[in-house]
Amino acid sequence: MSSMEGLDIRAPIGGLFSLLGLMLAGYGMVAGSRTTSDIAPVTNVNLWWGLVMLLFGIFMLVLSRRAMSKPG
Amino acid sequence: MEGNPITHLAAIDYAIMAVYFAAVLGVGFALKRVMRTSTDFFLAGKSLPAWVTGLAFISANLGAQEVIGMGASGAKYGIATSHFYWIGAVPAMLFVGLFMMPFYYGSRARSVPEYLKLRFDEKTRTLNAVSFAVMTIFSSGISMYAMGKLFNLLLGWSFNTSVLASAAIVLAYVTLGGLTSAIYNEVLQFFLIVFGFAPLVGLGLKSVGGWDGLTAKLNAASVANGLPEGAYTHAWQGMTHASTNPIGVEWFGLVMGLGFVLSFGYWCTDFLVVQRAMAADSMTAARRTPLIAAFPKMIFPFLVILPGMIALALTSGQGAAGMIPAKMANGQPLIDAAGRTVLDFDLATPMMLVKLFPSGMLGLGLTALLASFMSGMAGNVTAFNTVWTYDIYQSHIKPGATDQHYLWMGRVATVGGILLSVAAAYVAGSFNNIMDLLQLVFAFVNAPLFATFALGMFWKRTTGHGAFWGLLSGTVGAALHHGLTLPVGAVAGVKGGYFGLLHTYPSELAQTFWTAIVAWTTCFVVSIVVSLVTQPRPDSELTGLVYSLTPKPKDTDVPVLQRPASLALIVIVLIVGLNLVFR
Repeated sequence: MSSMEGLDIRAPIGGLFSLLGLMLAGYGMVAGSRTTSDIAPVTNVNLWWGLVMLLFGIFMLVLSRRAMSKPG
Repeated sequence: MEGNPITHLAAIDYAIMAVYFAAVLGVGFALKRVMRTSTDFFLAGKSLPAWVTGLAFISANLGAQEVIGMGASGAKYGIATSHFYWIGAVPAMLFVGLFMMPFYYGSRARSVPEYLKLRFDEKTRTLNAVSFAVMTIFSSGISMYAMGKLFNLLLGWSFNTSVLASAAIVLAYVTLGGLTSAIYNEVLQFFLIVFGFAPLVGLGLKSVGGWDGLTAKLNAASVANGLPEGAYTHAWQGMTHASTNPIGVEWFGLVMGLGFVLSFGYWCTDFLVVQRAMAADSMTAARRTPLIAAFPKMIFPFLVILPGMIALALTSGQGAAGMIPAKMANGQPLIDAAGRTVLDFDLATPMMLVKLFPSGMLGLGLTALLASFMSGMAGNVTAFNTVWTYDIYQSHIKPGATDQHYLWMGRVATVGGILLSVAAAYVAGSFNNIMDLLQLVFAFVNAPLFATFALGMFWKRTTGHGAFWGLLSGTVGAALHHGLTLPVGAVAGVKGGYFGLLHTYPSELAQTFWTAIVAWTTCFVVSIVVSLVTQPRPDSELTGLVYSLTPKPKDTDVPVLQRPASLALIVIVLIVGLNLVFR
């Protein structure tokens, strides 16, 4: 049985994080910077962290795509 | 469990949770067609690459106790909590990878209890299998109970809904895709927890004025709590004496009790984590599994302990406006003997999430928390179904059936295990003391384990009778020690002292660590003595099971830098460096 037969886990990880990243970044763009309490710093954490997650998701998708095109 | 929830979720938060649950179930469905034999189901067909099993190894351990408990300890003990990682986990992970995995992976054993059967005898295996199976059920039940209670408090979700819904999701993906599905989802959960908690630490540090601001605030807090300045930000300073560090343990008890007995007992013998490595696709990959896991384990303190420390910095001197709420008793905040408010440390990390994250990120953070609860549950359930099917059902109830029958039994055991866990969660809810008592018994059962395995693997003279009686007397030794001692300020009962009082420890942790040391030593000595007066097995039966009779594994199939020995060396250098930086 070859490794990863059936499913390369990097594909669902890539898909999930790309989607979550898009959702967060999109929400951040609409909602803008905000704070949740008097101690929390005012940032648009949704936007920038969403973008970080999107990048990670795309990176994982690229890895799984490359593994698919290369046998073994 | 009524009352107003602490916060409410927005549509975006629910959407993030829904996407995650869809992904988890999707992975289970995608793997269903690969589950053809019982080996596929219980051991993931021994087909996974080392990085996947490595991340699962760490993620299966990353249950609720880890994320919530280590945040709580961070708020209670400060950076010294990192001892649970740097002393209390990493060295044992290196040891199991380098020295013990060849016997688990290389022998025909399909589980840790089965190794005991091959090396010793049926009674030692059965003792280990039954106690382990009971323990996994209750651990998963306790985890579910904690989750139901937390989400009820934070979001007002009904306890029943949280428990039943998460049980149903875990049930679906484990029954469909077996261990592979659990492992794949653990890898997903690993990344989710990293991405959910890293920004929490970032925002938290920003709100306390960076590392310098955190240090200054925690210095003030340590003085206010009667400890030397820097007690919360230095891991080793003050460890020469129990009264000068927040853990209340001296260095010897810490290193021997936590670093040696408890840590090696868990990481080197607990099937929950070892099972992940046994799913790897080669001997080298199996040995690399815990070594790869050691890297994230090393940096987890920054992810799970720092939120607790930041929460303490945002609480100390703030009165009722502090981050961590007071523990309540009969509607009034609890006050300790010194007149200080007792804080509900278990809420440190959840309150940080709620107060620092806006909608959106809050959904991500809470999903990460849910994921950690579910990965803990799934880890226990997959270990349970394997030990039940191979070590109890196949060896005592129905031997010699077809592989398809055992695959079917594995799925039935998954359903049964989850139903029992749900029942245990409700038991935990109605009789809190029973759970404390059970965890105590588990501690007694687990503490001597490493002595048995170390002797079995490295001393060929050890006999089955030696192992069995060593284990039993180690457990009795633990109970005796615990029953004759008490932590300072505690009354006789579940905290100890039920047989009398010979010694008082400066803290509960000190008592726990010394109970473990006593259990281990008793087991070690009794196993040796009984072995010497009983008949050993001939060398020919022990090949592949004992160090001196097994060819050393060769790792020439991977580049030098990726070999187990090289990885271990890198980890050792890093761990020494971390301890020096935070000394």
